[in-house]
Amino acid sequence: MPSIGRSIPRREGRSKVTGRAQYVDDLTLPGMLFGATVRSTDPRGLIRRIDFDSEVPWSEFVVVTAADVPGVNRVALIVDDQPCLAADRVNHPEEPVVLLAHPDRHLVEEARRRVHIVVDPEPAVFSMDESLAGHTIVWGRDNIFKNYVVTRGDVDAAIANADVLVEGEYETGAQEQLYIEPNGMVATGNPADGVTVWGSMQCPYYIHKALKAIFNLPADKIRVVQMETGGGFGGKEEYPSIIACHAALLAWKAGAPVKLVYDRAEDMVATTKRHPSRTRHRTAVTRDGRLVAMDIDFVIDGGAYCTLSPVVLSRGTIHSAGPYLCPNVRLRGRAVATNAPPHGAFRGFGAPQSLFALERHMDRVAAAVGLTPDALRRRNFIRAGDTSAVGQVMRDPIDMVALLERALSIADYHAKRARFDEINPSLRVRKGIGLAAFMHGAGFTGSGEDHLASVVAVEAGADGRVRVLSSNTEIGQGTNTIFAQIAADTLGVPAESIEIAQPDTSIVPDSGPTVASRTCMVVGKLVETAARGLIAELKKVGFGDGADTLAFERACAAYAARFGPLRAIARYQAPPGLRWDDETYQGDAYGTYAWAVYVAEVSVDMTTWETRVDDFVAVQEVGKVINPTLATGQIEGGVAQAIGWALYERIVWREGRMANGEMTNYIMPTSMDLPPIRVFFEEQPYAYGPGGAKGIGELPMDGPAPAILNAVAHATGADPRAVPLMPETLMTLMETARV
Amino acid sequence: MSEVSAVTVSCRVNGVPAELRGHPMDRLLDVLRVELLLTGTKEGCGEGECGACSVVIDGQLVNSCLVPLLHARGTSITTIEGVAKGDRLHAVQQAFITNGGAQCGICTPGMVLAAVTLLERTPEPSLDDIRTALAGNLCRCTGYTRIFEAVLQACRATPPET
Amino acid sequence: MRSFLPEFDLRAPANLVDALETLAHEPGTWRPFAGGTDLMVLLEAGKLPPGRYLSLWGLPELRGIEITDDEIVVGALTTYTDVLQSDALQAECPLVCRAAAETGGVATQNRGTIGGNIVNASPAADTPPALLVYDADVDLVSVRGVRRVPYDRFHLGYKHMDLAPDELVQSVRLARGRGGWLQAWRKVGTRRAQAISKVCLASAIDLTGAAVRDIRIALGSVAPTVARASLAEAAIRGRALTHETIAAGCNALARDITPIDDLRSTAEYRLRVARNLLEEFLSSAVA
Repeated sequence: MPSIGRSIPRREGRSKVTGRAQYVDDLTLPGMLFGATVRSTDPRGLIRRIDFDSEVPWSEFVVVTAADVPGVNRVALIVDDQPCLAADRVNHPEEPVVLLAHPDRHLVEEARRRVHIVVDPEPAVFSMDESLAGHTIVWGRDNIFKNYVVTRGDVDAAIANADVLVEGEYETGAQEQLYIEPNGMVATGNPADGVTVWGSMQCPYYIHKALKAIFNLPADKIRVVQMETGGGFGGKEEYPSIIACHAALLAWKAGAPVKLVYDRAEDMVATTKRHPSRTRHRTAVTRDGRLVAMDIDFVIDGGAYCTLSPVVLSRGTIHSAGPYLCPNVRLRGRAVATNAPPHGAFRGFGAPQSLFALERHMDRVAAAVGLTPDALRRRNFIRAGDTSAVGQVMRDPIDMVALLERALSIADYHAKRARFDEINPSLRVRKGIGLAAFMHGAGFTGSGEDHLASVVAVEAGADGRVRVLSSNTEIGQGTNTIFAQIAADTLGVPAESIEIAQPDTSIVPDSGPTVASRTCMVVGKLVETAARGLIAELKKVGFGDGADTLAFERACAAYAARFGPLRAIARYQAPPGLRWDDETYQGDAYGTYAWAVYVAEVSVDMTTWETRVDDFVAVQEVGKVINPTLATGQIEGGVAQAIGWALYERIVWREGRMANGEMTNYIMPTSMDLPPIRVFFEEQPYAYGPGGAKGIGELPMDGPAPAILNAVAHATGADPRAVPLMPETLMTLMETARV
Repeated sequence: MSEVSAVTVSCRVNGVPAELRGHPMDRLLDVLRVELLLTGTKEGCGEGECGACSVVIDGQLVNSCLVPLLHARGTSITTIEGVAKGDRLHAVQQAFITNGGAQCGICTPGMVLAAVTLLERTPEPSLDDIRTALAGNLCRCTGYTRIFEAVLQACRATPPET
Repeated sequence: MRSFLPEFDLRAPANLVDALETLAHEPGTWRPFAGGTDLMVLLEAGKLPPGRYLSLWGLPELRGIEITDDEIVVGALTTYTDVLQSDALQAECPLVCRAAAETGGVATQNRGTIGGNIVNASPAADTPPALLVYDADVDLVSVRGVRRVPYDRFHLGYKHMDLAPDELVQSVRLARGRGGWLQAWRKVGTRRAQAISKVCLASAIDLTGAAVRDIRIALGSVAPTVARASLAEAAIRGRALTHETIAAGCNALARDITPIDDLRSTAEYRLRVARNLLEEFLSSAVA
């Protein structure tokens, strides 16, 4: 029986429910020291000196500063502008400057508070507007990390001649990933053996690359091992490289293993968050609601260093025009510098920000031409054969209308909309319903996958035991399980018999990072291809198609006897016909897209202006669903995280620093705060995904926020334009709306 | 730590007598993890907010990050390691696996203990009972729905004792 | 752990007398430590003042609920879970139970105590507004004896209490006989559970006549301490509960409270919501 399409249980489920799964903080090595990070309190300035209080016996401590970096003091990423340890200046609060280690974890914490980084302050900027104004330059020549402009048709002419022009400005706030396991690493290191780190991470080879540069060591002297990882959501994409470098620098100097695990407070204030954004829309439509021109200006706040901002911006910009066909489009995207800790990867990676703006705006466009929200969208959806805003001809089947109809029907949208309109005037708790239509491109943007050139290996022992080797990590989303299913079906053996190797750079090839909804679609396809390669090899010993498990095991034994170890590798090759131009930013932005329509039903309490989501319907087309229970869990979890972003998760900034860095004051939803999340899949197999699957992980982050705010607008008549929508904000908006 | 203030606390952990030594204000969480190597109890926040460090003391769910070692004296403590009977999983654990109740797994030990203590008090809980009982255990992966399913299935699997 | 444990001590006295003698012998040296749900959070965050702490957790003398003819006496060490399991409190002081049910999650309710909630003296504490509705008295015990203080005079200012260094809260005494009053408790928090309140209202009204015979209004998170809204009560007490009376009460309430901006909310929101909550309750009473 095929494994794909069945909800086989999570591979590591048993170890997780019994508490036996080993996370980084569960790892203890003999003679291990405990590390701590001393960080800047100032947002920007020159480091004048570092004071070490005299009452601390510093000789008992390992102390590391920038001067101790053996290689290049930069975190290797895109621009390499971020120091591993600040040397002469700081550019944001909580920037790491000094590292400490000691055998006693209490003493190292006590010592941390007795190091003072004395800074001569320099002017700093804390908002996108200040950064764009350019009066104070805090990065490069103009505070701009990256600037994209993509044009199609003649936007200015179309707007000048428009029947109706609708303008709007929309904002989204930073969001903390809030994986429940804080970041951490354990490291060993010395010149003879090189450096090994074990930790909580999404991307072992990002860390590998960063460590090579910091230590100036050859690749084979660096080993990175992923421990069980307690959630990532993007938050363990790039920042763990810094922690790994810090732990390894301490271990290198100490000559002993070092554990560096952040507590919640440090993780909250010091590590990355979702980029705040501001989007301006100018949209020209005909009187009957056809899109004529979309002029979109998308700005994200990258924080103090470039890190991943250019690629977050790229995805956000490409998604900003949404699932619509429009002849004239101008997309402008800018990532700007401020003196906050760098913002980084977070599920959706720019797309939730720009899609929030678009989908909130589309409701306003609909109102401007007297159409219902669904009618306007239905009239403008992109279809197979159409060309997207960035010039991608949509070759795969797309049926947004079908997704819309199904979502509206399940949610009973039209009937509820009418009923709420009727009853709301007399209610203290008003009801609203809203929708959002959107898509998410799977895999790296543009030529990204070509540059990654990911490799997966599949090997089989003489006993027929199959092992899949990849650097893609299980972070809760189900990598282990779906890789086993994909390999099993290709080989015709049970999924239970497939072993998934622990990601350890000393044994697994670089199959790229665990990000960008690529693990299933892109890397899973490599698993399938490598497994096919295994079968091709086995043909040498007479293994035929359609053989059973027993035949497979016999063939493996025969192969091992004749040829030795059996191993096949697969390297990424782009699906035929994909083209992308990095210069013009035009072409096939993604191999394919997942498509969705979400509907949110809300209550808004007019006594307190609190919004509660009462029901949530998520309908999506994600190709073939490999494991329905896991896939449903991904959608439910993503919707929950997006409800948090929409209504609860506000970061209070004070001069570039998060002021509410506690779980008591940064509010994520509890079991009492979420609605039933009803998940439905349409399956349209994708020719280049494993078993027909597409990417899924980020999609559910994109739609809930605009659907919810559209529902709030419906309930109240207010016009909320920013998330998170706090009751305090809605109170003010209601006052305005009352006029 | 100054030896003067160190204490030895006698208690039972997962049914076995234990002598726990440490500072009286050491967090029970740390003592369980470091002294007894019971690392299934997780630290998520250290502020009693997330529930990842939940253990059961004398039948009551507590956040072990908020329990000073001194308060463990004479108690009977159950950690996640004490929930399964040998290789036989508790119905709640099995239901978490079957229903996708565990994703990244870091909240899972606490969540399982919260569910187990709920079912001990309320063998046939309503969905509202479950939501309320798990409100102190935060999960960032699941949106809770699969967890509710798991708890409902677990109580169907374990008919109330007569 | 951001505190340095060698700077702390925690001792368990043999019994209440031992505890009181320790407090009396070295006044100001020892600070009481109950269920740990507040102090351990501060300890982890490095915000608990170093020093010596006296654990009250194991003192049965301070725990339990006793019912007299005219009072329900709740021991200071009584947990929220104990409160929720008390039939007497559920029947006669339902607002205390509502507050307990909305304080933290189950794990917090199993360890957090009524006495701790009082002496932590947070203006955002959940049970104190409910206690005020039942005209609570607080019994303070020391080697000198027991001293009774009306709870609405116990909190003197932000984190400032009528409590001597050698005294412990022994119990809270709640008036019985309010079962016939119409009662309401509503916490407006940052979320539905595990929330710190932005505004909290506890109120009870005796409508056994043509006019409002009596009323209690108490609020949290809108002043340096939890507080009775005396002006609002006065504007309503003795009058027919009309829309004019309600409006007068809500207007007076604005003078009872002094909300501020903080991490969780704004002064303006708190003011508006406090008024709305009172208006909502009183309007429901009219209906």
